[in-house]
Amino acid sequence: MNHTLLSIAAACLTMATAGTTQPAQRIVSLVPALTEMVFAIGAGDRVIAVSSFDEDPPAVKNLPRVGALLDPDVERIIAMRADLVLLYGSQTDLMTQLQRAAIPYYEYRHAGLAGVTGTIRALGQRIGQEKQAEALAAGIDRRFAALRQRTASLQKPRTLLVFSRERGSLRNIYASGGRGFLHDMLEAAGGVNIFADIQMESVQASSELILARAPEVILELRSTDIPPEAERIAEMGAWKVLASVPAVRNDRLYFLPGRSLVVPGPNVGEGAEAMRRVLHPRQ
Amino acid sequence: MNVRQRLAVVVPGFGGVTALVLLIAPTLGSTPISLSNVFDTSIPWADNVDAQIFFVARLPRVLAGALVGSALAAAGVVLQALLRNPLATPFTLGVSASAALGAMLAIAFDLDVGILGAAAVPVASFVGSLVGTAMVYLLATRVNKALSTNVLLLAGVTLNTFFSALITFVQYLIDFADWYRTARWLLGNLDVSSFNPILASMPLVGVSLAMVALLPRALNLLTLGEDVAAARGVDVGRAQRIAFLSASFATGAAISLAGPIGFIGVVVPHLVRLLVGSDHRVVLPASILFGATFLVICDLIARTVMAPIELPVGIVTALVGGPVFIWLLVRKA
Repeated sequence: MNHTLLSIAAACLTMATAGTTQPAQRIVSLVPALTEMVFAIGAGDRVIAVSSFDEDPPAVKNLPRVGALLDPDVERIIAMRADLVLLYGSQTDLMTQLQRAAIPYYEYRHAGLAGVTGTIRALGQRIGQEKQAEALAAGIDRRFAALRQRTASLQKPRTLLVFSRERGSLRNIYASGGRGFLHDMLEAAGGVNIFADIQMESVQASSELILARAPEVILELRSTDIPPEAERIAEMGAWKVLASVPAVRNDRLYFLPGRSLVVPGPNVGEGAEAMRRVLHPRQ
Repeated sequence: MNVRQRLAVVVPGFGGVTALVLLIAPTLGSTPISLSNVFDTSIPWADNVDAQIFFVARLPRVLAGALVGSALAAAGVVLQALLRNPLATPFTLGVSASAALGAMLAIAFDLDVGILGAAAVPVASFVGSLVGTAMVYLLATRVNKALSTNVLLLAGVTLNTFFSALITFVQYLIDFADWYRTARWLLGNLDVSSFNPILASMPLVGVSLAMVALLPRALNLLTLGEDVAAARGVDVGRAQRIAFLSASFATGAAISLAGPIGFIGVVVPHLVRLLVGSDHRVVLPASILFGATFLVICDLIARTVMAPIELPVGIVTALVGGPVFIWLLVRKA
């Protein structure tokens, strides 16, 4: 119930749009998560340009790049005669410029896991793919419901979810706090976030904080596709100094490579499944 | 009081405060620990969380703070005297920006192996500082055989801008996750989590401080002008070279250990001068001790004031140092 309400709230939040409601034919996406969503709901052929950071799906490789969050190339976007620009809610200058050029845009903000399905639905409505969007979003909702059910009765390990760290050392560790899609995915996958009480998306985790919170599992996310086992063994040494941490003592340190874990797009279900597999390998 | 008498008061005074702070700081933090557990050898190391918090998380951090604080404070004193400019900081002459560029490149290219077991980012940052030092030095000695402080200042500031532009360029090209790491590195961080990086930096800071120890008398005279110093028998060129190189090495070592932590190098020397006068024979040892104390206290605040969240220590150095400095300045005036 709570979850549904959140979805609706997130959908309302992301539906803040400007301009016409005519289904867009020439879409420019500056947000990788939204690019993936547009392709996943069957409108990939209408995408004419993407951001510098877009990698998925493979079809985007040949599309022109028009900047990203900090450096959108507004001239090119206008020259391409886009009729819908998918952008971040913080790109206020770009919004003003697009308004002046009478180009409609769709504004996106990160809003946890509920925001992912909410955004898919809102985006589907915006580009006239309601049915496909509803099917995709409902599929993700079902998948998470099943995952939550599957892990509900399991012993949930206290988990540290690291998304950035200096290689070969324990410096500048950034981990998921109690807010955001990664935290939601971890809890659905049957883990307890050791920083759930810190209402931030990102927490700088000092070694003292990690020793004090004593995680039973450490999950490290990597956006690249490095073979996880080789990487794990090589990096394990860095963690060994924190010998009292149960995850280190019991060798429960895992690297999870892949973009589905760092992009809040249509593949969040796979990401959460990958987390579940290492948290509860026998279930 | 002559210099010897003043030193006999100042060094034990400042040294005592430093020792006290170094003793107390590791006992305080975001997590309460039991000191009797920390030193209880009957508890196996792997089970002794208190000992690990003390020896792995806090002690290296306090020692790193002391080392970096003294290196940056010493570099600040030396450069302010060398350039005869009260606004000179360890970050004025391009060495810090080249050190930061080295770190940025290591992050951008995801270098995962360092040298002799040290992590890649500090090694790359130190190499960067050496490249910057060499470039500024060669430029400043090229015009005439002696080191020209005017050229030194102009070349240093220009290279600083140049390297800063390269840093921005690298940040512009890398992906968002790496951009976040670089931005965070530039805020500075003393959580080194082991003694190895400290041991790696110590010889260099030691050599720099030993070089600085040759300088106090020359710096006193150089602040009056190069001609005055030469007339009083100072080998000006040699003193300037030692001053520049010692300050650059100290800065490079400090930045590679902890990132560019601002404000120490400018505020500590001035605070110390306000307290003990302007004779470098007293200012230098006092600044080295006070720099260590100041940074350790700032880091203690950074890691406890908003616990469990930690503040970047550079924010605290400026927030604490600024008002204290202004208060002293107004009081003195």
